[in-house]
Amino acid sequence: MKILVCISKAPDTTSRIAFTDGNTKFDENGVQFIVNPYDEWYALVRALELKEAGGGQVTTITVGGADNDPIIRKALAIGADNAVRIDADGGDSMYVAKQIAEYAKSNGYDAVFAGKETIQYNSGAVGGMIAEYLDWPYISLATKLDMEGSTAVITRDVQGGSEVLGVDGPFVLSASKGLAEQRIPNMRGIMAARTKPLEVVPAVDAASHTSVASYALPAEKGACRMIDAENPAELFDLLRNEAKVL
Amino acid sequence: MKVLVFADHRGGKATKASLEAATYAKRMGADVEAVTTGGLEGDGGLGAAGVSTVHVADGVNPSDSAQLTKMVAAAADATGAEVVVVGNDNTGRLVAPRVAVRLDAGLVSGAVALPDTSNGFTVRKNVFSGKATADVSITSAKKVIAVMPNAIGIDADGGSANVSALSVDAGSASVTVREQHVASGDGMVPLPEAELVVSAGRGLKGPENWGMIEDLAKALGATTACSRPVSDMDWRPHHEHVGQTGVAIRPNLYIAVGISGAIQHLAGVNGSKVIVVINKDPEAPFFKAADYGIVGDAFEVVPKLVEAAQALN
Repeated sequence: MKILVCISKAPDTTSRIAFTDGNTKFDENGVQFIVNPYDEWYALVRALELKEAGGGQVTTITVGGADNDPIIRKALAIGADNAVRIDADGGDSMYVAKQIAEYAKSNGYDAVFAGKETIQYNSGAVGGMIAEYLDWPYISLATKLDMEGSTAVITRDVQGGSEVLGVDGPFVLSASKGLAEQRIPNMRGIMAARTKPLEVVPAVDAASHTSVASYALPAEKGACRMIDAENPAELFDLLRNEAKVL
Repeated sequence: MKVLVFADHRGGKATKASLEAATYAKRMGADVEAVTTGGLEGDGGLGAAGVSTVHVADGVNPSDSAQLTKMVAAAADATGAEVVVVGNDNTGRLVAPRVAVRLDAGLVSGAVALPDTSNGFTVRKNVFSGKATADVSITSAKKVIAVMPNAIGIDADGGSANVSALSVDAGSASVTVREQHVASGDGMVPLPEAELVVSAGRGLKGPENWGMIEDLAKALGATTACSRPVSDMDWRPHHEHVGQTGVAIRPNLYIAVGISGAIQHLAGVNGSKVIVVINKDPEAPFFKAADYGIVGDAFEVVPKLVEAAQALN
């Protein structure tokens, strides 16, 4: 099975969130970048497990500039066979999806995996958009995936429960918690990653229909009102009469 | 302006996210129509939320994103809608991105406020897992907005909607449904929709101590949740994990017991309207994000709260 895994760069989960240029850009100063956790822990690792069980190839794909190369090497160290970077200055989800769909189409992949969302934009749009461009089935929020011959059997989270779907032929999924367990790259993987192929491909023409006009940080919380542990029932008076949430 | 709402239904009634989407569309000042799959009972409650006509497409599989997309696109064409609004719950996440591509429309997913049309068309959404917001400008003629659950509320003062059959060429099935499971949850509201949530962490020392958390949740009519370490250790099921890599929630009230408040946990809960933190460590970082706090031993404080909560009703 030939699997294309979408890998995106994300600020480490403990990063200080601040903005520059009149609140139009994320302040990258001092920020450590990681592979977006949903892409790495769930999408990439499950793809690697399928390859280990049934053969095939796992390629990572990233849309962006050379500043993505360190996190691409990390994905290669975890075990991807090769990587592709579509050289682009940026663009919205639809722009990114179009790039990946075009690459998948012309290089004969059986499946495209994406994380359920990035931890900075939280849109969760790229996977579904790729599926529409390719006219492939899309299974969002996948928590389990097994192959029965050429049929993929996928469990996905639905509102208030889950469902198991069977999919024949190529498909796109977005990976959620449960699909796989995080893998820590070992030294051999890290050494091997240095020489694995990272192909840089020019971007195709595509439109972005959205852009961030400005960012804002939430208003500071007021001081926390402390309640005596000896008389915790006072809490409900406050929740009912002051906060009015009960 | 004409707005089309994609609605989902359970047991014949429009889901909470769908009613929120309809409310959002109505509050935009729009003429609102809706589209949904077969099985709706009457107008499913959509009329009260401001929908004038519900288009029902029989024969479309609600688990099949390709068919749903064709259905929404056909309804958008038929109604001449410029904007499609969906609830950004698990159903909306399946559908909205595909619909955006099919309509060549800019998408904002996770909208937390109505569009600002004073200068172009911008929609505010949460970014950085709730640690910031972004005003996103959409420049395409058609637009898709996926509304963050629990961000808008539901208006129910409208009338009833006309129901009309929509014939759609949805194409062949792209998936087959093998099994469907409804999370038991003991009758609790599903976590992403819950308005009251009681959550606990490692401070509870073991899964055998969750009885008092369940009692507190039950007394308040709340849904239970937990921190990541607790679900990683299998003390509680994975679907209860709230935080950056779990479920992000926006309840009216979030009560956290024995959770220190790591930044990754806060990312999943800082959209809550009111946060109550109960922790024996007065230095727990969670108190900085809380509205009300109790410093004390959970095993002493929570039983007293259960008693007080039971006395409330």
